[in-house]
Amino acid sequence: MTVPPLVSTGTDLLADAAADQAVPVTRVDWRPPMDGTAADLATVATDPLRRAANERALAAMLDVTATLVDVAPASEVLGLAPGEFLHAGPPITWERASGPLRGALMGGAVLEGLVTDPEDAVALFASGSAVSLEPCHHRGAVGPMAGVVTPGMWMFVIEDAATGRRTCCSLNEGLGKVLRYGAYGPEVIERLRWMGDVLGPLLRGAVRARRDAGEPVDVTGVLTQMLQMGDEAHNRNRAGTLMLLRDLGPDLVATAAAAGVPSSDVAAALRFVGGNDHFFLNLAMPACKLALDAARDVEGSTMVVAMARNGTDFGIQVSGTGDEWFTGPAQLADGLFLGDYGPDDANPDIGDSAITETAGIGGFAMATAPAIVRFVGGTVPDALATTRRMREITLGESRRWTVPVLEFAGVPSGIDVTRVCRTGILPQINTGMAGRVAGVGQVGAGLVTPPAGIFPQALARLAERTVLRRGAAA
Amino acid sequence: MTTTHVEVRPGAYADSVTLLRVSRTAQQLDGVVAAQVAMATPLNVDVLTGMGFAVPAGTGANDLVVALRLTGDDALPAAVAGVDRALAEANRPAPGGGEGGTVAPPRTTATALDRAPGSVVLVSVPGPHATVEAMDALDAGSDVMIFSDNVPVEQEVALKRAAAERSLLVMGPDCGTAVLGGLGLGFANTVELGPVGIVAASGTGCQQVMALLDHAGVGVHTALGVGGRDLSAPVGGLATREALRRLDADPAVELIVLVSKPPAAEVAEEIDGVVASLATPVEYALLGPGRPDLTAATEAVLARLGRPVPDWPVHGAARPAAGGHRLRGLFVGGTLATEAAQVAGAEAAGSGHTFVDFGDDDWTRGRAHPMIDPTVRLEHLAAALADPETAVVLLDLVLGHGAEPDPAAVLAPAITGARTPVVVSVVGTAADPQGLTAQIDALVAAGAEVHLSHARATRRALALLPADATIGAAR
Repeated sequence: MTVPPLVSTGTDLLADAAADQAVPVTRVDWRPPMDGTAADLATVATDPLRRAANERALAAMLDVTATLVDVAPASEVLGLAPGEFLHAGPPITWERASGPLRGALMGGAVLEGLVTDPEDAVALFASGSAVSLEPCHHRGAVGPMAGVVTPGMWMFVIEDAATGRRTCCSLNEGLGKVLRYGAYGPEVIERLRWMGDVLGPLLRGAVRARRDAGEPVDVTGVLTQMLQMGDEAHNRNRAGTLMLLRDLGPDLVATAAAAGVPSSDVAAALRFVGGNDHFFLNLAMPACKLALDAARDVEGSTMVVAMARNGTDFGIQVSGTGDEWFTGPAQLADGLFLGDYGPDDANPDIGDSAITETAGIGGFAMATAPAIVRFVGGTVPDALATTRRMREITLGESRRWTVPVLEFAGVPSGIDVTRVCRTGILPQINTGMAGRVAGVGQVGAGLVTPPAGIFPQALARLAERTVLRRGAAA
Repeated sequence: MTTTHVEVRPGAYADSVTLLRVSRTAQQLDGVVAAQVAMATPLNVDVLTGMGFAVPAGTGANDLVVALRLTGDDALPAAVAGVDRALAEANRPAPGGGEGGTVAPPRTTATALDRAPGSVVLVSVPGPHATVEAMDALDAGSDVMIFSDNVPVEQEVALKRAAAERSLLVMGPDCGTAVLGGLGLGFANTVELGPVGIVAASGTGCQQVMALLDHAGVGVHTALGVGGRDLSAPVGGLATREALRRLDADPAVELIVLVSKPPAAEVAEEIDGVVASLATPVEYALLGPGRPDLTAATEAVLARLGRPVPDWPVHGAARPAAGGHRLRGLFVGGTLATEAAQVAGAEAAGSGHTFVDFGDDDWTRGRAHPMIDPTVRLEHLAAALADPETAVVLLDLVLGHGAEPDPAAVLAPAITGARTPVVVSVVGTAADPQGLTAQIDALVAAGAEVHLSHARATRRALALLPADATIGAAR
């Protein structure tokens, strides 16, 4: 038997004793887990299903290739009926909805022609008789910030070629006073109408032409490239947006010409997409959801398959616990504010965009987009440390999505509920900040984490299921 | 009366994040009421306009705008200088940037094994947390030694079942000693490599055997701990079986010694089955009523190897007891406590003699093992020496890696000048970091009688009892 290297977890004295014998020792900086989790952690750790379940869930997520196959109204794509509204995050009622979500719903009601004056929508939603609210996630969709989707909004449709599974997401409106940040003024509605009347159909022509030629835009592939170009695909999507423009531009021009669309519309569409650095975010998000949905419902798996916020609650779903949401209060982001806005103007965390972090990009890929760390006055080493720190709470790394500056290490992938509870390290999310008051729009951007308590909640449910299964087997 | 200052700097570029940071710094400058430093994109021009700043016509997205609202004109020069400083600051690389930053130490065993794959793992966190870390090792395909005690038995069974499926070894829980290819883990004595492989359900029992073999000039190739409960019915010898197979497969091991309490009956049968299937002979050193003590078992090992049995050394000489009736055995080694009680025999039960293991779970919950922190035993030692009922004190002193750097230095003052005779068994080897001779000398100088064989030490202590005290098995 040869002398192996040693990993020492616990007393330094025993690590010292081994080091004194000239053996290489890796010391674990062990600290007690989150309060009250020790017994559940042991139960889940010794669940005979856990290891294989996590391997399966992680592999299922990493194997998905997302392609862009269509652009169409939500009424077509999701069968959304008049009066049905989707929103970001876990389920919520109008009564508990935050300012930006209310503002977006009010704007959505105007867009759908349910009311003319947005203020009249308040009574409409308060009565609840003619309208319904449902999370995007429940319909195979994701929405950034307020994430409001109405039947008339145009959606990107993303497909897993291997299985035909689909997810979708609305088209990105740009920054500033936009519906997803809770603004609902005339310019917001006007832009949305133009997106439905002009942009959506033009994109559809180009997307379908690519698809029908057997060369649909490989969204996963674009993500791979943009991560090498300084985007982390949540708060920075500049390279991805330009690559999308590159991939769709020629077909967009050709299909528009064939359909007799005026060149001024084509120019406006190209200008809009190229001028909106976040346009690709709405493709990154459904691609991440498509991958994570493949990891759902694996009994025994402790992997997080969704993190989402509705502006009031932050919720997670876990592979091994079905569709249950574990929720806690959404936190305020720490970051920088536009103009005169300050922390008092910001709404708590909102949006389905944390699906990017759930899939290992966004805040998890901070090292590849060091500029983003400056949102909290950080440094480049901080960015590298963040990505390394996130590796502490994930099951593995991506093979495709890599970080050049970390020697092409894969991004940390597959958040493990047990590792979050053990280390107390919370997922790092890059986010925009919406104004607290309906109608204000964006007030800043920064970094945020989930409320810590939702991870022990999910762990307790996983432990409960483990014990039940053990009882059934006995 | 506030004043505004709007300055356009064509061709100056900084990214939006940097500029948000600069703006925040500017807002905190003396005399500044509001500040916005931004590229003049349409969005930012809207923001600036909304703040009440007039942006000159013709200002474009490639122009930097510095817009300040000040308490008065006299604040302007300092404010502009502050903005310039913030811009310069923001564009300067941070110290250490580009060097990749430092890598934080791993926070879990899993992460440590990602970084150092193939390592063996030693877990010594508090018992309620040990299983989770140990499972990380098994998930990564590594053997694990669990030094921690207070681990629930059902968790031990779950760990060992998982290990058995993967042909991995779980040493412990409550495994104090292992020697892997010459590396001592936990509390381990420094021994020469030799023909003996040990499987031990008892840490100090293993150390006693290793120390005696060392004195006899026989080295130990490998010592695998399995934890005190491994041969109990619930655990079923899962780790013992794997450990026996490992040693059998190693051509350097000529003889295997199994050190344990006697296994549960149903487990014994299975272990016998495994032993019968091995090519390497196995010598049992099973401590129990009516069974040979560890010294006798070691002598049997030597005989089997064809090696002579040496005289087990004794240093110093205790005076006979001056009074009292009781033998007080205060031990840091659990097996040493058990062995002493067994040598004293069944009659000792009614005699009022005591054999306390300060390494037991009840004593270590929330505190370090007495081989690391001697405080509790020292308190009880002082009480025993002050007690007129005490006739003889029997102690152990365990040397080796992981133990206190100079345990005799703490123990010797506590017994110096005692009227009660003190017998100490020192479990250690000449190569141990504490120095066997120096430890023995310090104890002898303090008036103790020191033995290498714990069984001999126990018999001697019993012999020192006054004639009217029950002497049990000392006959």
